[in-house]
Amino acid sequence: MKPNFDQFNDIPGTTIFTMEMAQKGFQLNEFCMSLRTQENRDRFHADERTYLDEWDMSEDQKQAVLTRDFQKMLDNGGNVYFLSKIFAAEGMSYVQAVSTMTDMNVEEYQAMMVAGGRNIEGWRSKTERGEA
Amino acid sequence: MARIVAGIATSHVPAVGHAVDSGRTEDDYWKPMFQGYEFSKQWIKDNPADVDIIVYNDHASYFGMDIMPTFGIGTAGKYEICDEGYGPRPVPVVMGHPALSTHLAASLILDDFDMTVLNRLDVDHGLTVPMSLMYGQPDAWPTRVIPFPVNVVMYPQPSGERCLAIGKAIREAVQSFDEDITVRVWGTGGMSHQIQGARAGLINLPWDIQFMDDLINQPEVLQFKPHLEYMIEAGSEGVELIMWLIMRGALGDNVNEVYRFNHVPASNTSVGHLILTPKD
Repeated sequence: MKPNFDQFNDIPGTTIFTMEMAQKGFQLNEFCMSLRTQENRDRFHADERTYLDEWDMSEDQKQAVLTRDFQKMLDNGGNVYFLSKIFAAEGMSYVQAVSTMTDMNVEEYQAMMVAGGRNIEGWRSKTERGEA
Repeated sequence: MARIVAGIATSHVPAVGHAVDSGRTEDDYWKPMFQGYEFSKQWIKDNPADVDIIVYNDHASYFGMDIMPTFGIGTAGKYEICDEGYGPRPVPVVMGHPALSTHLAASLILDDFDMTVLNRLDVDHGLTVPMSLMYGQPDAWPTRVIPFPVNVVMYPQPSGERCLAIGKAIREAVQSFDEDITVRVWGTGGMSHQIQGARAGLINLPWDIQFMDDLINQPEVLQFKPHLEYMIEAGSEGVELIMWLIMRGALGDNVNEVYRFNHVPASNTSVGHLILTPKD
């Protein structure tokens, strides 16, 4: 069956981690995996730039990590489960990290979740939203 | 002959593990969710089994992008707990059942499911959080466990049809194991949630409830739901729910619904939980 990696492109505000994206993000995600040991977390936190330079990542990927721009990391092939190693190592929860990718601050985001989460109405299709 | 005696479905939110490990299950935020599992904790005590086959996904905790198995099966004697970026969860090591898992792995491969055989595997919250929800905080887990990791992280994930079919093959494989033991199959992950992008925080409870109904009553129809629909309607991470189809396939044609629970939210997630038993 011919793969259709583009079928997800109409979902608004969403970056699906396809095999193609995984190719793009391989080194970024490998870097994230390295943070599963305390020794590497300490080395990374001591000098982030030097640690990142040990990986064959693009400058865009490195800048996204240095500025903790999670959306930019997704755009460059990162996957949130890999990226979670970065924010978990800093004591950040998924709610805190995830909220930074929305147009809400963490308090507003948490309030939305407690009130039942983001309603899907209006969030099914870029075309419907006039974003396509 | 070994028998499958129950199926358990539950979400596997990492923050739930945190709440258990840090003694916060009685907090106002968490209490209503944990109360929903009180019935289940008692039920599982009253209905013991020998082995739990736990279908779950690894969250870039053991498997990175070096190796990404579509379907894997643990065949080890024990499984250590992953460091997911903040140190391993303080939970007991997970003990395996090498004889049954070897039988299962071989049986599935002979049935044309090309399993990745995992003689070494550390397990993450996808497997341990469901165990904490059902078993609390014991000094040692009460059952032997066979971890059954599925790729739900990278598209293409296995199809719903393939998941239901592999569940059916697990049922046959268990029933052809000569030892007289009881087995439960767990489907974990879901329900609706999205933890990335501007659409993060998506919850679709009506869809989740319909999914539960269909899983129970018409899995043969549900298996054809395309991944695109999961991702649109249940969020980018809602596609984890295909793992519940594996559990359902292992239970045979008809099931009893012993228990059902829904709660929104746990962290970013719609929590869903089922206990099912085979009717035949």
